[in-house]
Amino acid sequence: MANDVWVYIEHKEGEVSPMSYELLGIGKTLANDFGSSVCAFAIGENLDNISKEAFQYGASKVYGIEGGVYKHFRAEAYSKAASFLLDKYKPEVVLFRATTQGTDIAAASAARLGFGLCTDSIGLKVEGGQLKMTRAAFGGNYTVTVVNEKAKPQIVTVRPKAFAMPEKNASASGEVVKESFALSEDELATKFVEFIKSQVTVNLVEADIIVSGGRGVGGEEGFKILKELADTLGGAVGASRAAVDSGWIPYEHQVGQTGKTVKPKIYIACGISGAIQHLAGMRTSDCIVAINKDPDAPIFKNASFGIVGDYKQVVPLLVEKFKAKLNK
Amino acid sequence: MKIAVCIKQVPDTEAEIKWDTQKGVLKRDSIDPITNPFDEFALEEALLTRENYDGEIVAITMGPERSSDVLRNALALTVNEVHRLTDDAFAGSDTYATASVLAAAIKKIGDVDIVFCGKQSTDGNTGVVGAELAAILGFSPLTYVSKIRTIDAANKKIVVERAIEGGTEVIEAKLPAVVSVIKGINEPRLPNLMGIRKAAKMEIPQWNADDLGVDKSKVGSAGSSTKVVEIAVPPPRGAGEILKGEIADVVNTLTDKLIDLKVIK
Repeated sequence: MANDVWVYIEHKEGEVSPMSYELLGIGKTLANDFGSSVCAFAIGENLDNISKEAFQYGASKVYGIEGGVYKHFRAEAYSKAASFLLDKYKPEVVLFRATTQGTDIAAASAARLGFGLCTDSIGLKVEGGQLKMTRAAFGGNYTVTVVNEKAKPQIVTVRPKAFAMPEKNASASGEVVKESFALSEDELATKFVEFIKSQVTVNLVEADIIVSGGRGVGGEEGFKILKELADTLGGAVGASRAAVDSGWIPYEHQVGQTGKTVKPKIYIACGISGAIQHLAGMRTSDCIVAINKDPDAPIFKNASFGIVGDYKQVVPLLVEKFKAKLNK
Repeated sequence: MKIAVCIKQVPDTEAEIKWDTQKGVLKRDSIDPITNPFDEFALEEALLTRENYDGEIVAITMGPERSSDVLRNALALTVNEVHRLTDDAFAGSDTYATASVLAAAIKKIGDVDIVFCGKQSTDGNTGVVGAELAAILGFSPLTYVSKIRTIDAANKKIVVERAIEGGTEVIEAKLPAVVSVIKGINEPRLPNLMGIRKAAKMEIPQWNADDLGVDKSKVGSAGSSTKVVEIAVPPPRGAGEILKGEIADVVNTLTDKLIDLKVIK
């Protein structure tokens, strides 16, 4: 239907995580408001598994374009295929996760269709038949609400974890619509060479728990203490810009304005003062714990729980206590 | 090789920011402007590329008179040519309208092999202009680039590393390409005093909508499909609880509270 809400399902060579389906939840809410349906769409070499799972997470229809040329994600190929699909079916709204893949394909598809888009939304609602998208601007000091009046479809990227995961219903199924969009290697300017998996498996954006360190951590050694807590909790290690710039930990761990924006369920900030630039990257976390020696550190104003103390003393005790209570 | 680099002037995020809430745009006059931090990496990568592979660098920015400063900084760092894209008709451009103006300038410069830009700006934070620019120009889109491995200028090829979730992706692409870079790809140099003095005296050439052959109805507020309808200060987080007492008790309390959230498995 013309006013359907579409959700892009991202994958890597056919590999998906449940998080790939998270936007089907908010997609369904929006579709109800529009009086339409939520549909999934995907592009890849083989989409059988994705189609099956998309129905289980709430999609009423799945649109797909398959072909060997789509084995690896390439913004160029995927956005050509996506804009063909979106132009043909003209849904009302298309949601992408604000990951590197989601952002690349959303931006290029919007440009091919000749529209602007709204990125990294943290709030979505329909008012008077119009979609209103809220996002953070200027380091999270402000939120701006944006409408995309002339665009059809309205393309939106959504901050991962901003909305609840939809329930999975193993018996759900639906109609798969397969379109073809032939593209030859000769028409493409980019070629996948290889993927080098990170040795430190930091996926901050997906992590439910992040233990993060700042200037107060004092050095590389200190991050080993934080890692122990992160490992105990099954979380990832984050860092402030000060810690990264001091060379204590690689940039891929950086949270904040010039790093990653994260929204874990628990964010434990150790030795982080809480500068605006850092808060910009983590202030929407569900629960923030601050551990800092300085009782006046601004981080405490943003924390759900605070401990005034030295992380070197507090964190090992936390590890010990968690291990005892969680039987680890 | 012909290298273009897109630079944006942004408000210093340390500074207080004022909005024109009627128009939904930023009162840019009220804040100290700086070069977008990510664009400093783009500019440095352009300089390194010129050093390694020869060529010339043309830096462009889109903005009012005061944004000449970011081009002067680029001149002080010895870029060969600069252009400020400015026209009343550009005001209020969204990402697509902005990318369209930048694309028109890249076409006017002509024969550009690589366009460098930062991964995102620290004010709008959209992080999509590079990808849009590549799509509009039909250049190879290379985003989130953490390293340039090689450039083969004769055969018009480039190999880059992209920092994506969970690791590094290596991509080979045909030139021309748009390369958007992340922090850490290099260490931006500072201009020297002589460079700054020389740049201070230089004229900053301007290109307006007519110079660029841009349809005024397709840029600026008129040509932008997205529109800001509301600006708000986010509600403060609920006042937190400082856990006080003996350290062992505090740790005990905190672990209980966190386990109660049912997030830790």
